[in-house]
Amino acid sequence: MDWLLEAGSPAQKFGVMAVAILLFVVVMGAILFAVDRPKRVPRWVVAVGFVGPALLGLAFGLVYPGLVTIKNSFFDRSGAEFVGFDNYVTAFTNEQFLIVLRNTAIWVLVAPVLSTLIGLVYAVVVDRSRFERFAKALIFLPMAISMVGASIIWRFVYEFKPDQPGVQQTGLLNQLLVWLGLPPQQFLINQPWNTVFLIVILIWIQSGFAMTLLSAAIKAIPDDITEAARLDGLHGLGMFRYITVPSIRPALVVVLTTIAITTLKVFDIVRTTTAGQFGTSVVANEFYTQSFRQNNAGLGAALAVVLFILVIPIIVYNVRQLRLAEEVR
Amino acid sequence: MATVTFDHATRVYPGTERPAVDQLNLHIEDGEFLVLVGPSGCGKSTSLRMLAGLEDVNGGRILIGDRDVTDVQPKDRDIAMVFQNYALYPHMSVADNMGFALKIAGTPKAEIRQRVEEAAKILDLTEYLDRKPKALSGGQRQRVAMGRAIVRQPQVFLMDEPLSNLDAKLRVQTRTQIASLQRRLGVTTVYVTHDQTEALTMGDRIAVLKGGVLQQVGTPREMYDAPANVFVAGFIGSPAMNIGTFDVKEGAALVGNAQIPLERSMVAGLTDADAGKVTVGFRPESLDVVPSGTPGSFQVQVNIVEELGSDAYVYGSLQSDLGTGELSAGDSDQVIVRINPRDVPMKGDIINVAIKAGHEHVFSASSGNRLG
Repeated sequence: MDWLLEAGSPAQKFGVMAVAILLFVVVMGAILFAVDRPKRVPRWVVAVGFVGPALLGLAFGLVYPGLVTIKNSFFDRSGAEFVGFDNYVTAFTNEQFLIVLRNTAIWVLVAPVLSTLIGLVYAVVVDRSRFERFAKALIFLPMAISMVGASIIWRFVYEFKPDQPGVQQTGLLNQLLVWLGLPPQQFLINQPWNTVFLIVILIWIQSGFAMTLLSAAIKAIPDDITEAARLDGLHGLGMFRYITVPSIRPALVVVLTTIAITTLKVFDIVRTTTAGQFGTSVVANEFYTQSFRQNNAGLGAALAVVLFILVIPIIVYNVRQLRLAEEVR
Repeated sequence: MATVTFDHATRVYPGTERPAVDQLNLHIEDGEFLVLVGPSGCGKSTSLRMLAGLEDVNGGRILIGDRDVTDVQPKDRDIAMVFQNYALYPHMSVADNMGFALKIAGTPKAEIRQRVEEAAKILDLTEYLDRKPKALSGGQRQRVAMGRAIVRQPQVFLMDEPLSNLDAKLRVQTRTQIASLQRRLGVTTVYVTHDQTEALTMGDRIAVLKGGVLQQVGTPREMYDAPANVFVAGFIGSPAMNIGTFDVKEGAALVGNAQIPLERSMVAGLTDADAGKVTVGFRPESLDVVPSGTPGSFQVQVNIVEELGSDAYVYGSLQSDLGTGELSAGDSDQVIVRINPRDVPMKGDIINVAIKAGHEHVFSASSGNRLG
């Protein structure tokens, strides 16, 4: 039965797959079969049955690693010696890490706001036009691409070749610049704008998400309210400012905070395009670099904890807004 | 204050053949309370929305006062509308809702506050001014919607079934409040409803529409006493009028076993298209219960008796040896007779009834128009 544990040939691998599927079917079948058998089950058994697996999963997958990470953040690079807050002091004083924190702040301020704004304007402009479906599909497509894939696409867009005779630009943007008679730029290397060009990638991905949610919210505004507003003298920008935006405020908050959380955790884009060089690193990327490249587990853990603490207030606000939105209904 | 005139106003929705409103001609006097009434899909709401500017006018004109507003933006028509679902802005307080149009128009804050407070006092809303609409009851929301219209001090009020979301008791109460408020403010009002009772109780005049075509305009009394055609006769009045089509013989309509004499002018108005038939209508209260054998009486078999305390109604079927014509009221296939609630027949009994002299309505069997 060695092949079960060390599958070598494709046939053995398919065998393992079949065993796994069979196991799943048997276990699920047993659960479904057993679920209706006993007539009188104490409430706590039912509660544990439903909540227990999720709690166990959370405990082992989230709480335990979280606690270990927090513990590690107070130890040195090998995890052997207690160093107190030294790792945090390094993270908040070392110039290299200050750039990381500054970049993260720029990301969190710019990306959610611009994504939401673009998504909102797009949703309003496209709403009830003839080509609405097509236009929406177009802006939603980037959502279907993985962050790594999107980053690779954009790395080609930003591609730089020196401006010499006989050298053809392969990057879209630089080719456009050359056509306009301007010198090509090293978009991913020139600080501080390279961070902005990386943020553009995330905006490109997230605008579709913002547009979808906001468009649904806009469509949910009752017709008679917009008609009443027209009678009250509103149109165009006034309608947008006084009726559309306040009506979809809960959706706006959800979109903003969701994108902010995604932005805080952004790693793939930076890793794929510049690997955090040229002053583009962000907390998530630096945490990876410290933990797995520099083998400084303590500092990596400290950065992870910083990231965790930054996300908490946004999540709390998000959950509270969701609850408020439910009360309105 | 202003008059309102529909001049051959027509609305055809894109992609449809038949106009939703067909050549509507209607003149509403300054300060008048006019009710547009009809079954659903008759074009009453469309007419109102054309006046509001929310619906395009495909033909004809609409005037407010002497001004042609056919192509004027809604906000520039100097009107205020009360919507069926009130259309209050959920994110604004009651005071902001009421003063919003003034705010957009750039009215000074102090004046807005003063006008909002005045309107709130009239509508008993003063203590709710700082609340959001969702913290109000249905009746209070309805009053806020009214207040929003009042604050604008417009030339014309437009109301689109403003009572249909209230419960029956509150509807009756609010009905009188709106009517008296309108009399007090003296603002020309166009009011849309599908409820003929609301129309009769509130309107100075009523306009009945059907299939986009205006059927009749008149005071509630005129509409009730002299309906212009079979549709209006059946629509106005509750319980509905009994209407049936019968043979005409020797200048009289044969209703059951009775001969209802017709006036000479009515008989003269019959055409070949009528094929010797005439449509006769009479209201439940136009019937007297009489002893058997009374000339001009016919028999009704009692199917059910509805007692309302002050009145009682017999729902029955017409008994006839001659077997000409069907007689029915409204959507039911029964004859309705109002009787003395102190003297109620049993189910299955046969009662003799006669139409009070001059209380019958006679219509052409082919065109449905009133004769004589």
